[in-house]
Amino acid sequence: MVVKVIKNFFNKTFGGFFGKKKEIVLGFYGPPNAGKTSLANKICKDWTGEEIGTVSKVPHETRNVQIREKVEIEYNGKRLTLKLIDTPGIATKIDYEEFLKFGMGKKDSQKRAKEATQGVVESIKWLDDVNLVIVVLDATLNPYSQVNITIIGNLIARKIPVMIVGNKTDLKKADLRRIQSAFPEYDTVGISAKSGKGMKDFYELLFKTAKKV
Amino acid sequence: MRKRKIRIARNNVTLSFVPYSEIANLTSIDKIKKILDMALDNRIIIIQGRLTPNEEASLIQSTMVLVGKIKDFKGVEIAVISGTGEESGFFKRFKEGLAKALVGDQSALTVIGPASIVKEIKRDPKKIELLLNK
Repeated sequence: MVVKVIKNFFNKTFGGFFGKKKEIVLGFYGPPNAGKTSLANKICKDWTGEEIGTVSKVPHETRNVQIREKVEIEYNGKRLTLKLIDTPGIATKIDYEEFLKFGMGKKDSQKRAKEATQGVVESIKWLDDVNLVIVVLDATLNPYSQVNITIIGNLIARKIPVMIVGNKTDLKKADLRRIQSAFPEYDTVGISAKSGKGMKDFYELLFKTAKKV
Repeated sequence: MRKRKIRIARNNVTLSFVPYSEIANLTSIDKIKKILDMALDNRIIIIQGRLTPNEEASLIQSTMVLVGKIKDFKGVEIAVISGTGEESGFFKRFKEGLAKALVGDQSALTVIGPASIVKEIKRDPKKIELLLNK
């Protein structure tokens, strides 16, 4: 009886420290159209069979933060329980006329632009609530954008572990080395969320980065 | 250092140089307000120094709030040129001297322009190019 009482006391008091690891709140950050939702979908499909959100060629498809809890992933006998936070792309400007080029009507474009601005505000707010971040960049584009630098600067200031994913490596213009030379202090992996190319390396790096949480 | 204003009359583009001394003692909110007031006045701003990461994030948030509220305001283009001209150098120094970065790095230059005037700021590690809207 005494042993049981002591055991319960220790479990209640120190369970959080020595017990099962807490769920990691994993944020997907990056500029619009880099493939954050495609990657989050790939992970969700791999481990839960369901997707987290819709994807589109039109920028700012994700305009609300999308959450999927208790995603358990396993790699080489190790397990992680993740809460996935798929955030709207961060931008410094949003022009509804850009959406017209994709065949959208003026009213819909204006509505999309308004929702996208609110999405950016929401994404930045979530920086306070994530404890691991995947910065998703389009490997076909120049990585030296202020949005990318601001996101990574904020993660450094908040001491949040970060890994960088260069997406769209299935495309000819993709250049992962450009991303690696822009951010040499960070682990970078090249993937194609669309085709699944590079996902083995991705999971390996995810487990490595998760150790820092 | 005095604040300088360069006006290129033909295209009606105004470049405003803001020395570090003019923003050093401002609160983050006041810095952002000052920058956005100038951007809304259709000026391209060149600031001696850089904002902290938190201020940069707040600037983006405030910009987005204004895009949703002020007609024809589409946001801003931002670029920071570090003293070394190399981003990797910037991040290395950033990690090593967070305290310095948090109080402002005077060797950097921050360029901010309203999106209605500045189409794009192209950058690579060693240079930046401002592409203006026609």
